[in-house]
Amino acid sequence: MAAVAEQPDEGTLARLYRQMLLIRRFEETVYYLFLEGEIPGTLHQYQGQEAVAVGICDALRPTDWITSTHRPHGHALAKGVTPRAAMAELYGKSTGCCAGKGGSMHLGDPAVGMLPALAIVGAGNTVVTGLGLAFALRRSDQVAVCFFGEGASNEGAFHEGMNFAAVRRLPIVFVCENNLYGASTSFDTVSALVDVADRAAAYGIPGRVVDGMDVLAVREAGVEAVASARAGDGPTLLECKTYRFVGHSRSDARGYRADDEEASWKERDPIPRLRAVLAEPAAAAIEREVEAVIEDAVEFARASPDADPQEARTDVYA
Amino acid sequence: MSTPEPSRRLTIGEALREAIAEEMRRDDDVFLIGEDIGIEGGFGGAFGVYLGLPEEFGHDRIVDTPISEKVIAGAAVGAAALGMRPIADMQYSDFLFECMDELVNQAAKLRYMSGGKVSVPLVMRAPVGATNRGAQHGQSPESYFVHVPGLKVVCVSDAYHAKGLLKSAVRDDNPVLFFEHKLLYGSKGREQAGGLDLTAEVPQEEYLVPIGKAVVKRPGRDVTVVATHLALYRVLAAAAELAAEDGIECEVIDPLTLLPLDTETIWASLRRTGRLVIVHEDTLTGGWGAEVAARAAEECLFDLEAPIRRIASYDVPMPSAPSLEDAIVPSVERIKTVIRELRD
Repeated sequence: MAAVAEQPDEGTLARLYRQMLLIRRFEETVYYLFLEGEIPGTLHQYQGQEAVAVGICDALRPTDWITSTHRPHGHALAKGVTPRAAMAELYGKSTGCCAGKGGSMHLGDPAVGMLPALAIVGAGNTVVTGLGLAFALRRSDQVAVCFFGEGASNEGAFHEGMNFAAVRRLPIVFVCENNLYGASTSFDTVSALVDVADRAAAYGIPGRVVDGMDVLAVREAGVEAVASARAGDGPTLLECKTYRFVGHSRSDARGYRADDEEASWKERDPIPRLRAVLAEPAAAAIEREVEAVIEDAVEFARASPDADPQEARTDVYA
Repeated sequence: MSTPEPSRRLTIGEALREAIAEEMRRDDDVFLIGEDIGIEGGFGGAFGVYLGLPEEFGHDRIVDTPISEKVIAGAAVGAAALGMRPIADMQYSDFLFECMDELVNQAAKLRYMSGGKVSVPLVMRAPVGATNRGAQHGQSPESYFVHVPGLKVVCVSDAYHAKGLLKSAVRDDNPVLFFEHKLLYGSKGREQAGGLDLTAEVPQEEYLVPIGKAVVKRPGRDVTVVATHLALYRVLAAAAELAAEDGIECEVIDPLTLLPLDTETIWASLRRTGRLVIVHEDTLTGGWGAEVAARAAEECLFDLEAPIRRIASYDVPMPSAPSLEDAIVPSVERIKTVIRELRD
């Protein structure tokens, strides 16, 4: 793992801490509300991986775009979907970011540069090339980021997307969040390579392993890869080694993971790791503010009307 | 008023090329993406439709891809989501199965699952039809896509409608699957199309043909026959023979769009004739003809004077040998036999 990166200014540290904490508290709250029966469907949660979404999105401009996966809550909040709109979407309310038609696995909003999350593993890896191609054709300096898991690296879509992006030098950063398990399947049982980043060599692009539990390391790698993409130097594959602190989805009791493995990764929790370098009053203030934001989001979602059955058959066609 | 310029006779291939060039001139967001479409010294796409376009539009807007169908469709989806208007090319419609996820899970659903915030204005062109190439280069898979809410499905059979519909498809804010029949391009001349004249009158001035509107190709009082692509021409040939030999007058309708289907035009005909036959080269079971038949039964049962009949390729993978292929796809004789049975 890379050493902790050189520290940015206090404002940046506070912003990163706030965003990671926002995601963590959003996810913990959502889990509780799901168990209480307030939130329908299922959840694929992001606790433990916050440093990746936050570090990468902090390197982006509001006009840059991201694609996401079936585990999109963290990406959505990090890119700027409001906690209210995200929470209401999980509740199936008309005020949700997708008007209740997307749900947990399709959070997103084009207004903040995020396609509705694509919940088929590997789907973003080809679709993102179209974002990059549009930027290139329009001679814009926007950049697209594709978030995906290590599981997606075994999809054909991964290969096709990576190769096409590389050969056309598209302004894309591929961010692999290697949380070691695709559902219950350990990556070392489905890949002879230890590092997904090594696959970059097959496409003639740079690949880099990043400590995904260190938001500063992720941000530093993100800044570099985004700058390279923006400058016309083509895509980079960043593999962020990380760990989900919870099950794959809500029905997962995690019987396939050893307790000591979970414990060792929780010791590297990116949130306390960053809090340790923040001034106490600043951290405490952020924590109070985040609690209020989450409380407000829940109240907003609860008070919002259910998605209207009259709308169930609209938005199929433009 | 200006005097309209005279029409010319164009093949479907030529008409499609004109449509693409006009739309690319009109809108900088229109671009082409596919395999072997703009290669210098290449063949301008599998059926030559793109020949000459790189000289006018350059290679930025004609994106030659690796043999990566998922990327062709996926890149089209992503670019379209940002407001570009890709015309994607699948060399053979059989290859669409390589990118079913991008078309069915992504293109068709992004608008809905975003709550109407994202549109996907892409066109996917795909040649269909059996041409002695066997089971993996001879399918007519349009029915798979008729089943997908969020897609539009167009099937063109002549140069006039091909040009006007392709221009409409490019301007449509939804994903449009645009199916063309290999034997109808006209690039190989009349011989390969069984002696058909594959040219049609195409005006010089610009025009559009609306998506979702059928056209009556031959008026008749006795039997309504709905058919697309090469099957349409077999139906027209059968109709001419039946009129001469039996005095049976078929009303032949080219639906042009399968999704959404112009039931208004078809039902109006059916209510006059009381008989409905659907003919397509796609296989029978679960083919789009079944949907037309089911809807006719639901909406027009008491107007029917005979059972609805479907004529389609038999339910086998497409064989290669000419004698076998001819035994599978709808022939003029099969069409005539079924229609005679309806009259009896």
